[in-house]
Amino acid sequence: MSGPRAMVLRTAGTNCDQETSEALRLAGAEPSVRHINEVLADKGLLATFDVLVIPGGFSYGDDVAAGKILANELRFKLVEALDRFVARGKRIIGICNGFQVLVKAGFLPGSADHSQTVTLANNDSGQFQCHWVRLKREKSACEWLDDTATRWELPIAHGEGKFIPLDAKTLATLEKRRQIVFRYSGINPNGSIGAIAGICNAKGNVIGLMPHPERHVSISQHPEWSRSQHKQKVPVGLQFFRGAVGLQTMD
Amino acid sequence: MLTKDSPLVQKIAILKGSDSQLLEISRKGLLSLNLQEMKVIQAYFKKLGREPVDAELETLAQTWSEHCKHKTFGGVIEYEEEGRGSRVYDNLLKSTIMRVTEELDRPWCWSTFRDNAGVIAFDEDWGIAFKVETHNHPSALEPYGGAGTGIGGVIRDILGVGLGAKPVLNTDVFAFAPRSLSPKLIPKGVLPPQRIINGVIAGVRDYGNRMGIPTANGAVYFDEGYVANPLVFCGTVGLIPKDKVEKSVQTGDLVVTLGGRTGRDGIHGATFSSAALEEGITSSVVQIGHAIMEKRTMDVLLQARDRGLYRGLTDCGAGGFSSAVGELGAETGVRVDLEKVPLKYHGLAPWEIWVSESQERMVLAVPPANWLELSELCGSEGVEATIIGQFTNDHQLNLRYEGETVGLLDMEFVHEGMPRVHRKAAWYHPVAEPKSAKRPRFQQRDYGSTLLKLLAHPNIAAKKWVVRQYDHEVQGGSVIKPFAGFDQRGPNDACVFRPRLDSIQGVVVSNGFNPSYGELDPYWMAACAIDEALRNLVAVGGNINHAAILDNFCWGDSQDPRELAALVRACQACYDIAKGFGVPFISGKDSFNNTWRDPNGKLRSIPRSLLISAIGVIKDITQTVTMDTKQPGDWIFLIGETREELGGSHLWKVLDKPPQGTVPHVQVAKARECFELLHQAIGKGFVRACHDLSEGGVAVAAAEMAFGGEFGMDLDIHKALVPHAIPDSALLFSESASRFLVEVPPMARPGFEALLKGYCAALGRVTKKRTLILRNGRTRRILLKQPLERLRAAWETIA
Repeated sequence: MSGPRAMVLRTAGTNCDQETSEALRLAGAEPSVRHINEVLADKGLLATFDVLVIPGGFSYGDDVAAGKILANELRFKLVEALDRFVARGKRIIGICNGFQVLVKAGFLPGSADHSQTVTLANNDSGQFQCHWVRLKREKSACEWLDDTATRWELPIAHGEGKFIPLDAKTLATLEKRRQIVFRYSGINPNGSIGAIAGICNAKGNVIGLMPHPERHVSISQHPEWSRSQHKQKVPVGLQFFRGAVGLQTMD
Repeated sequence: MLTKDSPLVQKIAILKGSDSQLLEISRKGLLSLNLQEMKVIQAYFKKLGREPVDAELETLAQTWSEHCKHKTFGGVIEYEEEGRGSRVYDNLLKSTIMRVTEELDRPWCWSTFRDNAGVIAFDEDWGIAFKVETHNHPSALEPYGGAGTGIGGVIRDILGVGLGAKPVLNTDVFAFAPRSLSPKLIPKGVLPPQRIINGVIAGVRDYGNRMGIPTANGAVYFDEGYVANPLVFCGTVGLIPKDKVEKSVQTGDLVVTLGGRTGRDGIHGATFSSAALEEGITSSVVQIGHAIMEKRTMDVLLQARDRGLYRGLTDCGAGGFSSAVGELGAETGVRVDLEKVPLKYHGLAPWEIWVSESQERMVLAVPPANWLELSELCGSEGVEATIIGQFTNDHQLNLRYEGETVGLLDMEFVHEGMPRVHRKAAWYHPVAEPKSAKRPRFQQRDYGSTLLKLLAHPNIAAKKWVVRQYDHEVQGGSVIKPFAGFDQRGPNDACVFRPRLDSIQGVVVSNGFNPSYGELDPYWMAACAIDEALRNLVAVGGNINHAAILDNFCWGDSQDPRELAALVRACQACYDIAKGFGVPFISGKDSFNNTWRDPNGKLRSIPRSLLISAIGVIKDITQTVTMDTKQPGDWIFLIGETREELGGSHLWKVLDKPPQGTVPHVQVAKARECFELLHQAIGKGFVRACHDLSEGGVAVAAAEMAFGGEFGMDLDIHKALVPHAIPDSALLFSESASRFLVEVPPMARPGFEALLKGYCAALGRVTKKRTLILRNGRTRRILLKQPLERLRAAWETIA
């Protein structure tokens, strides 16, 4: 049995590659963790994959700014291959640091010239925060998530996750084009504008989010799994990855 | 060779030195070598007929440091106890702690006390390595850097165990002076507690989070005695394939350094950390860490391990290359060309290169045929790997710089030449004998306010302000997290995680730490630390029959016969209690001379501190439990006997009275049986929630369970098992060991009671109403009635 081929891209400081790979495997994909140097050396490599996931971590130590250096590598050394990947309708998923990378490389919310129109700034608390959050999934351009739950629970773990659009017009455009995928519900942990936790491009095949879906693909990862009401559900993270790799997503 | 003068080396004239001159040389050179050791070195070089050079003396100082060699533990101690005669401990470590391991001889203990970490079996193919280190002195001088390199160092210990383990969990235990400490009590030259606390927590956070290793277990403890000498315990758990547990360096293998470059940071770290903290020590003894360099190094190292590219490996920690290379080449001999070592900047003398403790460096023994592949692998990920020498067969440590010999020592002298320490220890019983101790006085209405004060005490209150800054979810294996409930409502007793995501087996990690008992009775302090660590492990579903423990001693002045006697007593308890539980020690570490001068200039020792860290394997992670109440109508059982044991308890702390009375004792045979039965009960699904009783006793544990699950409790504390009648204050707040509160569904009650017969007593039920009620059933009086919101608010007070 071979599922869709999913590349998990890593570099120095990436640290969620193994569990992301495991989540993809559970979702039915055939994951492969690849180092950026390998991908840069062989420009044809990316095209052999169906899904690209940029996982969480501290790429290059988040020196300069979170995700900035890896973003520049993608934007200046791999942009054609990535643009072709997106144009062919293949999915790119950025989680946490991967979201920061996609935003800073101009793939999200996405524009032809890869200009950056939104950012992820320091949390209002001024600190790294690790805890679980509640999310509302919007009806978005990511139609591959339509069959998943609308109320999500996932952990966050970041210091720079406050979503800020360039201006009101940028935000209005995101709303209009259904590019807002997730909002924090209840507590907004980092002060994100519009409580935005995840966005996609206009076509819905590039998505980025601060919470970690790969950390909720099995029941025992949930903080209340031992309370009876949490048993017997497909964890939302698994729903996410099943959707992402184009397989069954039913709640 | 070494007899001529050379600009590269400095000769140190010791051959004709008098005793006082030898001591002066040791002191001036920051060597921390005592007179006996200096004289042995003098004799060695007299035989060679030449003076030593700098690199040689430094090598001996590093290798023989208390930090590296456990001099006190390995020495001869004459112990004398008031009224009980005397006993000689020839190697305290071997005759107590390691003896447990030897006598128990568990087949699943794969590597104990001989490598960077202890290793136990996880399953047939994989092992779990565990090590806890201290980084106290660096953290006192430079909290951020000191603590960061503390966690960086213990991660490298795990990377360097056997042929390398993958780090899967970090644990941190900190001991500080309280933030509220009066500035008058802070000695000159010491950073205020606030700065030490914030710096340490940030340092561990920034390093640990960047490494992508979850931090899911730990503790923060406050006591004024840590003002000048905070304790920073950093631990790491690793996953290692069974066939990679052994190293085998061979003659002809290349000495390869991998990872970071060498600079002048951290010179004399090992020797400085073995000495007392004095005003005016430069912070250049503290290393400068770079987490991403370590992450890169780890990434290539684990790949190289799986491809079998090297035969030996260790980390560069205390003593730098001198310890790492010296250790790997102990059996063969080794030649090192120091000019080949990649440097951060020019200008280091050969001896500085040799002993620098720059971070993120590993040393490998690489068969020449594998060098090219290793070098290519490292290059592909931007990691520097450099050949700096070769293992020989001449049993010598041969240091060269551009072809010229700059140090030449016999390996045997380096590793076996150290004279043993002889020390005297004398124990006399503390002034406050249990019988003369006063009972705490209470008005009935005080119980509620006392409970609120206990919950708000910094040692008991929620540590969310720390825990939330640490990524405890990365790697995706978390099963039982630091806090119970979605909104982190209550403190779980231990963490459980899956190191392999394709397995339902888990690992449980917990700790025990009770310095406040140590003042009154170090024996029972140590016993309670072991009991607490194992109690926490059992409370979440762990099995003491597949569990191991680590000891980390942080002690004061080892030359002081009373402090040393306290250490002997603590070690004796380690033997008695661990043996009684049937749980082996697998690794440990000791840090002595944690002394400081108070503002009046008096030399003080820190509180006697023993951290016990426990680790165990859980066969099925679905058979674990959290501490929060889950269902109104369920029964609440108290497991274990309650005695009037308030010595060193937190009750005295919140009453602001000196500690007195009896320190909790551990009845180990009963405790062992009880822990085993409780484990079975959890496995049978009889238990919906379980919480260990520690600081603040029944009252605190009941409150935590109640607000943790947002259901109340109505309990009659006079139902508790008591060998002798005791007052309400003791029933509520005594810290007697080996006890738990357990939530049992009505349906499971008969089975549970039958299983734990003689150990359990039903106190009452979980209620829907969000109130905690504790009653005296005999007088029919309510002792304490508090809404959960108020209890929780007290617990969430930020320390």
